[in-house]
Amino acid sequence: MRAPARLAFVAAGLVFLTACSTHGSPYMFDPKGPEAHRITSVWWLMFTLAAVVYVVVAGFIFVAAFRGRRSETGKPSRITDNGFIVVGGIAVPFVILMVLAWATVDATNHVRRPEKNPLKIEVVGKRWWWSVEYPDQHFTTANEVHVPVGRPIELGLDAADVIHSFWVPQIGGKVDLIPGQHNVWRFKVDEPGTYRGQCAEYCGVQHAHMAFLVVAESPAAFDTWALRRENPPSGPTGQLEATGQMVFMRSPCAGCHTIRGTAATGTIGPDLTDVGSRKMLGAATVPNDEGHLAGWILDAQTIKPGALMPPISIEPRDLQALLAYLRSLK
Amino acid sequence: MAIADIAPLGVDEHELEEIWSDAPGIPGFFSTVDHKRIGMRYIYTAFFFFFVSGLMALVMRSQLSAPDNHVVSPYTFNQMFTMHGTTMIFLFNTPVLAGFANYLLPIELGTRDMAFPRLNAFSYWIFVLSGIFLYASFVVGKMPDGGWFGYTPYTSKVYNPGINLDFWGLGIVFVGISTTVGAVNFIVTSFKLRAPGMTINRIPIFVWAVLSMAFMILFAVPAVTLATALLELDRLFGTAFFVPHLGGSTLLYQHLFWFWGHPEVYILFVPATGMVSMIITVFSRRPLAGYIWVATALIAIAFISFGVWVHHMFATGMPIQAMSFFSAVSLIIAIPSGVQFFAWIATMWRGKVEFTTPMLFAMGFLLIFLLGGITGVMVAVLPFDWQVTDSYFVVAHFHYVLNGAVVFPIFGAIYFWYPKMVGRKLSERWGHISFWMMFIGFNVAFFPMHILGFLGMPRRVYTYPSGLGWDHLNLISAIGAVIFAVGTGITLVNWVHGRWWGPKAEDNPWDADSLEWSTTSPPPEYNFAAIPVVASRHPLWEQHPLPHAEALVDEEGPKSLSAEGALHHQNTETTGLDARPERALELPHPTYLPFVLALGLAVFFVGLLVKATIVGAFGVGMALVGLTWWAWRTDVDLS
Ligand code: HEC
Ligand SMILES: [Cu+2]
Repeated sequence: MRAPARLAFVAAGLVFLTACSTHGSPYMFDPKGPEAHRITSVWWLMFTLAAVVYVVVAGFIFVAAFRGRRSETGKPSRITDNGFIVVGGIAVPFVILMVLAWATVDATNHVRRPEKNPLKIEVVGKRWWWSVEYPDQHFTTANEVHVPVGRPIELGLDAADVIHSFWVPQIGGKVDLIPGQHNVWRFKVDEPGTYRGQCAEYCGVQHAHMAFLVVAESPAAFDTWALRRENPPSGPTGQLEATGQMVFMRSPCAGCHTIRGTAATGTIGPDLTDVGSRKMLGAATVPNDEGHLAGWILDAQTIKPGALMPPISIEPRDLQALLAYLRSLK
Repeated sequence: MAIADIAPLGVDEHELEEIWSDAPGIPGFFSTVDHKRIGMRYIYTAFFFFFVSGLMALVMRSQLSAPDNHVVSPYTFNQMFTMHGTTMIFLFNTPVLAGFANYLLPIELGTRDMAFPRLNAFSYWIFVLSGIFLYASFVVGKMPDGGWFGYTPYTSKVYNPGINLDFWGLGIVFVGISTTVGAVNFIVTSFKLRAPGMTINRIPIFVWAVLSMAFMILFAVPAVTLATALLELDRLFGTAFFVPHLGGSTLLYQHLFWFWGHPEVYILFVPATGMVSMIITVFSRRPLAGYIWVATALIAIAFISFGVWVHHMFATGMPIQAMSFFSAVSLIIAIPSGVQFFAWIATMWRGKVEFTTPMLFAMGFLLIFLLGGITGVMVAVLPFDWQVTDSYFVVAHFHYVLNGAVVFPIFGAIYFWYPKMVGRKLSERWGHISFWMMFIGFNVAFFPMHILGFLGMPRRVYTYPSGLGWDHLNLISAIGAVIFAVGTGITLVNWVHGRWWGPKAEDNPWDADSLEWSTTSPPPEYNFAAIPVVASRHPLWEQHPLPHAEALVDEEGPKSLSAEGALHHQNTETTGLDARPERALELPHPTYLPFVLALGLAVFFVGLLVKATIVGAFGVGMALVGLTWWAWRTDVDLS
């Protein structure tokens, strides 16, 4: 028949498109942690049930629509009206819903549980970036959450201004960051890698550019990373960088940004102590290379209109020094 | 089948006309209380907003059709999705259904007007004025941008200092008045003004659906009114209901909003299913299967819909036990919908289906709602919802439900009732074309959004980077949106064309079963000279000829049932369960009062908006005068 063939064609096209799309995408059914794994199994169970239900019920609709067409007044049938309603409308749905209720309980019982010896991380959502603090290691970074693979994580979530929502599709579901309320998300990551996350609660003009990266590393690599941030280098690495530091301190930068070990202690913008090591800038909006960094400093507004960092004019020579300094902060 | 004529009455139609008709021109326009004129007006106005809001959707889809696109600025985009949602819910879907209910209830129940005709006019004026109020923000270039849900603290004065959000907050409070008084009118009309013999188990299913809707409105709308009113108190007068660091709670706002917000989905969906039941019955050429089941399901939905609101808040960090309850109830609510669904299938199964345009829309509805319902069950599953909430999956889901399962029935209803309302027929051919474009465009536009959600695309983003796998699907979606828009445009043209050039419609062009088809197309101002007497669920199919109530009057019934009652401008009250005639009711004559009262309230809201006490006081004064006058003049006219 033509219609099913066409349907199959469309379905195949969609599957193909999805398959191409998932590459490099924060695809929730490409799970990298136990929570996302559980939810993925729930999804495939639901998908199977849904596909069967859709095909069967749609089949009933088509047969119902066409079977009586040639008769005078409608075609008699052995299935009574009440039979349809009681079986199709109540009994079968009830059984399916029971299965789903079981799946819900089973999945929720196995995720987000307190575990021993968790790594504590405090995330604060701000318009439109993420402050990431490691309270036990006493340092703060931004827009990048590093975690050791396999270790339970206890992520505290707070909002500094409006509601945001923390979402890394490959690791698990969302948890909102709500002013005046401390939320906790407990999760684990199974596989090393960099996973994109994004704010999922509308929070204003740059809600679209409030992303972040979760970087999962081997415990050893994580420890090195954390240790480096616990004890940041004491001063600029060279002449140019030293000039850059002076430029930074002279400019308005220091009023909004913190660089630990210096006089810059502002908290309006992200902590820049390790900005040179970050993969992206502006809450995972543009890559962290020299060109984008310069563009960001001179005019963050073209990259992220409405962001809370004003355009800043800096002499070209000063800018060179400043860039060198910031890029040396690793 | 023959049309069930009402026997000739021996009253002069000209005389009736004179008693019932509105003044011509502008005075009549502002003073009418005729439910049919008001109903049509509701529908026209709502569709105006539908097309405006649809244009905004097209702009948004084109902005998202490619990564890092610059069709509109982020500011404009955020205003557009706010106004798109607000308009569709408050200024299109809710009022267009109220419009159909207004138009159809009296003629479907066999009476001469609504229970409170002036209240009816009032609710329409409030609706228009609140629409103008909300869109005035566009004229002054300060459209609200807090999302249609307006979550605090983003919508608080601190983070949203402009007047933009006051348009929204006050506008929502304002339009809520219209919805609420409308609901009261529907309830009283359906219980007290049915034709004699239309016992409770003979009420047309559409009326059951409207009743269910009206009860939900009565209990749900106060919550959103409260939410937005408290928000405005915070904004305008510095209270702190939702300000966390002063002891307020942002979650309180969410609870209030969704306590209305979820029933609202059913407030829209339930009357749409009522329309589908009517259409499927007529074009399957047999009575609806499981009438009692369906009526019960409609009522059950109204109850259960109040126990699911928290599933909009599964990510807010509530205790799992609390959420599990709402998860379970959200699953359960699928059952009444399943009952309705299989009642429709059963009706067609043992009927003879005729593929007219209304029926096509009903079938399209079935196929779309089936998917929207299934994804609805999915999002009730707590852990799955953690992943998909606030993602494009949810955008897909609720467009399948609110666009597919509400707008499709509404379009079907237009094709179905247009001949009755306008007295002319629409082109079936263009109706078919419109349907297929809408159906295909709809699925092309919204199906890919499910996958976008899986790929991690959140809602309400004005742009996205390339390389995340979102590009093609968004482009496909934009193409679908255009096809869908053209499809709706064709119906609009068909509609305008039919109004002037369509062939004249007979009284019962579809050979339908319910009472509205027994009167002329369009019906006279008084609907029925003599009120019909009902002895069946499908009077026009089973009662030939349809008797009128003159005989009842001879026995013990009030004179208002007969044409004499029409001459006296009267309606008849009947008992709630078995519709025995009780007494005559005077119907009010045309009056400016509803307009004056509504205008007074509008002035009051403008006063609040611009913080001008004098203006506000003037508005209150005007409204008070209107109210007092209203209470005084009962319009008893026993001449
Ligand atoms: C008025 C406060 C303010 C001033 C002054 C300011 N910034 Fe920023 N800066 C911010 C904010 C807020 C952000 C986060 C913007 C966003 O992502 O939405 C930011 C982000 C940044 C980032 C990106 C960090 C990341 O990891 O994404 C860099 C780099 C940066 N600023 C450097 C500078 C430099 C250099 C100066 C001085 C020339 C400066 N800023 C001046 C507020 C400020
Ligand atoms: Cu955010």
